[in-house]
Amino acid sequence: MAHMNPIASLEPGQDRTMILNMGPQHPSTHGVLRVILEIDGETVVRIMPDIGYLHTGIEKTCEAKFYQQVVPLTDRIDYLCPLTNNLCYVLAVEKLLGLEIPPKAQWMRVLMNELTRINSHLVWLGTHAMDIGALTVFLYCFREREDILRMFEMVSGQRMMTSYFRIGGLALEPPLGFFDYVREFANRFPARVDEYENLLTGNPIWGMRTKGVARITAEDAIALGASGPTLRGSGVDIDLRRDMPYSGYENFKFKVPISQDGDVFARYICRVQELRESIGIVQQALDGMPEGPIKADAPKVVLPDREKMKTQMEALIYHFKIITEGFAVPAGEVYQAVESPRGEMGYYVVSDGTAKPYRVHMRSACLANLQLLSKMCEGRLIADVVAAIGSIDIVLGEIDR
Amino acid sequence: MLSVGTFVLISIIKIVIALIVLLTAVAYTVWLERKVVGHIQNRWGPTRVGPFGLLQPLADGVKFIFKEDLTSPHVYRPLYIAAPMISLIFALTSIAVIPVGNWVTVGGIHTPLQITDVNMGLLIVLGITSMGVYGVALAGWSSNSKYSLLGGLRASAQMVSYEVSLGLSLIGVLIMAGSFSLRDIVDAQGGAYWHVIPRWNIFQGQIFAFFIYLTAAFAETNRIPFDLPEAETELVAGYHTEYSAMKFAMFFMAEYANMITVACLASLLFLGGWHGPLFGPAWLQAILPLFWFALRIFGFLFVYIWVRGTLPRFRYDQLMAFGWKVLLPLAIANLMITGLIVALKS
Repeated sequence: MAHMNPIASLEPGQDRTMILNMGPQHPSTHGVLRVILEIDGETVVRIMPDIGYLHTGIEKTCEAKFYQQVVPLTDRIDYLCPLTNNLCYVLAVEKLLGLEIPPKAQWMRVLMNELTRINSHLVWLGTHAMDIGALTVFLYCFREREDILRMFEMVSGQRMMTSYFRIGGLALEPPLGFFDYVREFANRFPARVDEYENLLTGNPIWGMRTKGVARITAEDAIALGASGPTLRGSGVDIDLRRDMPYSGYENFKFKVPISQDGDVFARYICRVQELRESIGIVQQALDGMPEGPIKADAPKVVLPDREKMKTQMEALIYHFKIITEGFAVPAGEVYQAVESPRGEMGYYVVSDGTAKPYRVHMRSACLANLQLLSKMCEGRLIADVVAAIGSIDIVLGEIDR
Repeated sequence: MLSVGTFVLISIIKIVIALIVLLTAVAYTVWLERKVVGHIQNRWGPTRVGPFGLLQPLADGVKFIFKEDLTSPHVYRPLYIAAPMISLIFALTSIAVIPVGNWVTVGGIHTPLQITDVNMGLLIVLGITSMGVYGVALAGWSSNSKYSLLGGLRASAQMVSYEVSLGLSLIGVLIMAGSFSLRDIVDAQGGAYWHVIPRWNIFQGQIFAFFIYLTAAFAETNRIPFDLPEAETELVAGYHTEYSAMKFAMFFMAEYANMITVACLASLLFLGGWHGPLFGPAWLQAILPLFWFALRIFGFLFVYIWVRGTLPRFRYDQLMAFGWKVLLPLAIANLMITGLIVALKS
């Protein structure tokens, strides 16, 4: 098949073009994306992304795990926003189980999700700017990312592979001092976004490199299945947090930044404004954080507290049963989508009534967004390809799964 | 007059000293760059080798010498080996005609602080530095790699284009000094108006020329925002993708030596060279000009590094458009206005 061998599918055209192989080891293909370019001088005639270098088999692995054991796998799909994937998966399973999640757990989920979004956007902004040659922004972004990773470590003990959400609630109570730490960060963060913008937004060279570059129309973006900031950069006003609220997002006030131009700069400005909106949601979550339990009242699904497990016979039995043979989930299928930093992240979970999922399929936002690349780049220069890849913010772990 | 033997001996001594100083300066420019960019970027830069990482250049040098020298089997060997040498040799040669201070008398011998005082000094510097592009272009071609080829192409186009503006921006200064000799140009900038404003060319209406020169010099030395030939996020490493160990180090040293050369030229042509306040005992008065000159070069290098920590990179077509459509007309306009003023004055 043509798409199995991209080189064969790109027959050399006239004599004046040459094939340039960019990646999978290349400084700016964000991991292991391989892009095959047919170039005429510096102009790109055709472009063909080649994926699959980070295939992990996670989707298949899920079928051999108990439902609760899938959560750590979801971290590893998109290593820049692990909590978003945790959330999407647990929401899907909770939908199948018909669980009621206590408000504190829901608010914590929103809080952690927005921190994850900031974390992911910071990595994107840093690497995108570095692709275009602005080195300093990268380290500024990682300075703030470090604080967020510290928060992740506080709640879950892990900096990246957090697995903090559980089916039925959260893994642990947030520790003492956590909310103060987050609040202190949230107060400081807007000034830091100003700092990034000072270096980039008004910079004429940044403007020359991004404005009008890799333009994509709203029709094309929709037709190719784009979502998230990549779609909103083309002027389509859609955000699942607002339009299909989940996990209590309907309780939060936030704007959905859109931009009409559809170029690299539009996607950049959308994401930078999202940073500000996200920190606003974090503030609201901190202010309105309800009291109460962090786990649903469902002893057959949710692990009992350690103390109860050690003192009560019944709790010990539930604990033993959940750990050794999992919990059965009613037969059925469910699709749950959340707004990940990259777009619509969807989990399609099929249950056959046993303790292990029959099928878990992930709808990857990046995979769809990557399809825009050839529309964006054909006829442009090599440097624009780099800018375009940066602007659609791909994570290969999510694409290859 | 000096005897031939003394002349050769003095010349050799001066060459050795100049080379040692220049190579040390190159090594410590790298250190300075890493340190300054580090602090701009909220980190420390080198700290491990020696106090403040001051021995880092030595460690790097040792590493470069002992690294495995990988050579792809597909390269065209003669040119592949010659290219880094061409780059480095031309980068180092241009220092020969750059004066660093006035005449001095040591042990009864009266000699200028300059390897050789040529009356066409500036032309020689420009000629030699423009030969450096051969090293880059040949490296890109002989590596037989697509990334190197693109880098080499970009470098040749860019260096040739910006050389035009670079050269034209200097002609205003030449008109004012009426000489090609770097020493004469510096001497013409001595003294001060009303004992306050020094008679540097930059204060004599050559300020536009100075900025044109500065911009073109960034492009000439392949520095951000014009570092397209080696734009690592696009072309991996551009023309030196296939080079490793000492061959790579030669390109690296050539780049920094070129930076120092253009900084020297800028100081000499626009900022009064080694002129500055002289005070204190005789030995201090002898050293101060060297210090003022070094200070200016340091200032330039600092600007280079500062810009690198701040700006993104141009795109290839934008770079060309900027060079030909903005910089070149400005340089020509500056040249004509300077010529007109000088003609009217005389």
